[in-house]
Amino acid sequence: MFKFIFDSDTWQEIYGGIRKNKTRTIITIIGVLWGIFLLVVLLGAARGMENNFKNLFGDFATNSLVVWTNRTEKPFKGFQKGRRIQLKTKDVEILEQEFEGRLKYIVPRCQTSSLIINGFKSGNFQISGDYPVLDKVQKKNLIYGRFLNENDIKNKTKVVVIEEEIYKQLFEKDEYPINQYLIINNVNYKLIGVYKSGAIDFDGEAAYIPFTTYQQVYNRGNSIDWMMITANEGVDIEQFELDIQLTLKNLHKVDPEDNKAFGGINLAVQIGKFTGFLTGMQFLTWFVGIATLIAGVFAIGNILLITVKERTKEIGIRRALGATPREIRQQVILESVFLTTIAGMLGIIFGGLVLYLIDSAFGSGTDPTLLNPTVNIPIVLIAFTILIVLGTSIGLIPAYMATMIKPIEALREE
Amino acid sequence: MIRIEGLHKSYPIGKDSLHVLKGLDLHIKEGEFVSIMGSSGSGKSTLLNIVGLLDVHDVGNYYLNNQLIEKLNEKKAAVLRNKFLGFVFQSFNLISYKTALENVALPLYYKGVGRKERLKIALEYLEKVELGPWAEHLPNELSGGQKQRVAIARALATKPKVILADEPTGALDSTTTDSVMDLLKGINDEGMTVFVITHEEEVAEQTDRIVRLKDGVIISDELTESGKSKAKNYV
Repeated sequence: MFKFIFDSDTWQEIYGGIRKNKTRTIITIIGVLWGIFLLVVLLGAARGMENNFKNLFGDFATNSLVVWTNRTEKPFKGFQKGRRIQLKTKDVEILEQEFEGRLKYIVPRCQTSSLIINGFKSGNFQISGDYPVLDKVQKKNLIYGRFLNENDIKNKTKVVVIEEEIYKQLFEKDEYPINQYLIINNVNYKLIGVYKSGAIDFDGEAAYIPFTTYQQVYNRGNSIDWMMITANEGVDIEQFELDIQLTLKNLHKVDPEDNKAFGGINLAVQIGKFTGFLTGMQFLTWFVGIATLIAGVFAIGNILLITVKERTKEIGIRRALGATPREIRQQVILESVFLTTIAGMLGIIFGGLVLYLIDSAFGSGTDPTLLNPTVNIPIVLIAFTILIVLGTSIGLIPAYMATMIKPIEALREE
Repeated sequence: MIRIEGLHKSYPIGKDSLHVLKGLDLHIKEGEFVSIMGSSGSGKSTLLNIVGLLDVHDVGNYYLNNQLIEKLNEKKAAVLRNKFLGFVFQSFNLISYKTALENVALPLYYKGVGRKERLKIALEYLEKVELGPWAEHLPNELSGGQKQRVAIARALATKPKVILADEPTGALDSTTTDSVMDLLKGINDEGMTVFVITHEEEVAEQTDRIVRLKDGVIISDELTESGKSKAKNYV
């Protein structure tokens, strides 16, 4: 058998057969090529979507939730309905104690809109009073300088971190902004950092100042606007949200049944929906890819089968000249394996090429549709191996047919 | 070389069976040039298929080269065909995408002869049939007579014991018929057993011995003029 495979004569025979039957060869190759090509491209595209998705949410601690307040919709303990609820810094302390173990980060936040002035340039932007821990919940990718730190909170320093867009509006191109002073509401702030917001960012283009500074400058006392909370790994995030809301309702004397008083977004649940979608898509990709692959292999089998019928006479001649059935079988199988291999390799190459083109067309820029669409080499190799194995097995059918034909019947056909 | 005793063969046709060969006895010695004559349906092709190990007989004994042919599987038959028999067909049966040289070399490939060696041998035989210059031509670039000469070269390439020719001139005009028959005669003169099946009287007359077949039985078996003179020379 091995001698047969490595015999140059064998390949000469196969090469002759393939070269002289171009249409058949081309159709066969296209069948399998298309299958593996689709598999590679689909897998790559799915991967690209996944990467893109990860990139979008990558700056977030995904098991986070946001809590804000509204007016109550039910009277409770002597309070009329329609009462405005105001979160306090005390709430934050209580939540931290109450949910120790489950709670990872809690970020109280205050925001307003203000004019920011730098020399002759100015613009209206969102000013946000924040703690350094914000960076953990919603990663700030800094271009220049640093983010807020604990010292800024403790000393209530007048420092500001701005978004890249604000920097572009207030500074000359490529101007070094760090340690320059910006005027916000007639107060001078030293600029300590410039960040670039991700594709999804709750704050949009914001200027961050220390939370304590904000409290003082805007005279907020202990009240806060809203908060972001991140749970520890493995915490049931939906239950966690319910528990936090219940605690807050209790603290603010709100009816536990009141669904309006506290609002919120559960990021984990939202992301979960997307992840489910992605998993579904991956499954679909595999399903379609493998089904196409199998269809391609059957195409090969089918064509080889037709070929055998077409070549009945040739096979008859070969057998009259002394070819054993085994030799005929081996030739047909080897032909099938050879074609599958070539087609598979071409499919992988074309698939890779298309992924490369997709990458250069959609994979770059500020908002890429597909990010870094790639396929796992091992996955491709496994698919390739399956293809060859299937190619061999499917080649067995026509090979068997070829040997079933009695040479006399084959030669009688005129 | 070929000995047949009480050979019967029938083919199933639906529920009935068609009795084609009805007890043939035939002995062909080494070096003979024999033709089987008969109209279509006489059973001559069936006889050739059995002699050529392309088909199996039902009843009777068949000895090829003193070897009893029985319990023949396809593999054994293939080896014996390759070793002892060379075929020449009416429709030439050359492989269309192979050159004349490759066609001649093909049986040597199945015999296990190395590529260089078999191309060398193939060329020798092509030259023997005077087609050396056409070695690299494809069959469709050759005339009918040339194709049949390639087929004869192919049949000779493995140095078989018997050449089996099934209507070798059936597709040829009279001039080329003569050249092909001359070629077969030449081969026979070198000692090869040649077994020709034909329905043409002129072709049969060029052989040494004519066996006439009708409805599955041998009705006559006699030497021709050339056969008689040869027999005399031997004596």
